[in-house]
Amino acid sequence: MNVAHHEEPNYMGVFWWLLVLTIAEIALIYAPMAKMVIVLLLIGTALTKATLVALFYMHLKFEKRTLGLIALVPLLLCVFLVFALTPDLGAVVHQSPKAAAPAEGTHGEH
Amino acid sequence: MSQAAVLEHPLGVEPAESPLTPESWGKLGMWVFLAGDAMSFGALLAGYGALRYSSGDWPSPSTVLGIQLTAFMTFLLICSSVTMVKGLAAIQHGDQAALRRFLGLTILGGVLFLSMQAYEWTHLIERGMSISGNPFGASLFSTTFFCLTGFHGCHVFGGVVYLSCILIQAMRGRYSATNYNSVEIVALYWHFVDLVWILVFTFVYLV
Repeated sequence: MNVAHHEEPNYMGVFWWLLVLTIAEIALIYAPMAKMVIVLLLIGTALTKATLVALFYMHLKFEKRTLGLIALVPLLLCVFLVFALTPDLGAVVHQSPKAAAPAEGTHGEH
Repeated sequence: MSQAAVLEHPLGVEPAESPLTPESWGKLGMWVFLAGDAMSFGALLAGYGALRYSSGDWPSPSTVLGIQLTAFMTFLLICSSVTMVKGLAAIQHGDQAALRRFLGLTILGGVLFLSMQAYEWTHLIERGMSISGNPFGASLFSTTFFCLTGFHGCHVFGGVVYLSCILIQAMRGRYSATNYNSVEIVALYWHFVDLVWILVFTFVYLV
């Protein structure tokens, strides 16, 4: 029931993983790869680090399922929020100076 | 829940009634608070992404902001998470002196983080960045930067105050191997602050 009742996680092992992943992130931004690939790798690395902190330092791995569900809800809502914003993004990009410039040959108004 | 049940509980706290809930209402309450707080940060990050995607002249964050200092700040917060979790492990084994030592180190990590953030902000403001504009490109670049890092900084400051209160209680000998619920709850908050910074660092400074 209590975190003391399960075997203590390898906290230093998690720390070294977090450190290595942080160094990998910094190295990634200088890597000679396509921007989209770098962005996807950075997001993947960040989510891995966040998951490590939640599972081992916040002991989510050893808690009851209820707490996992409580932690999962905001994550799902944030993903939903991103999808909900997508139609607006298309409209704004369409009106942005960068998008308008090739068609009109002039700078658009903000 | 009756007073007798509270007194009988090994952690000295009011136990949750359902087998699905954790061992204390305080811990459950902190998780619910963190879920709400995660939505705040999620909305800010989603808004940041939307504004950035729709902007034509968003500057490259890694060149404007510089990442050496913030990479070290990230390292510092990760270290403070380790000291926090070591402090909790110490008191679970009844080591009060180690709890006080690790709590002190965690607070030191938080204070150093805030000091470095203040230095970074001062440096950027001197270079012309403000909440309403900047000389590097889209004005919303600096607006979102100050809002996101400022909101997180407020959380770190709150965490330092919260940890200091727990440290004072620890110095009075309040916690033991059978009474450490408050330490566990403050640890949850501090790890959440670390977790959010991992995401802020990636999305605001690296991507």
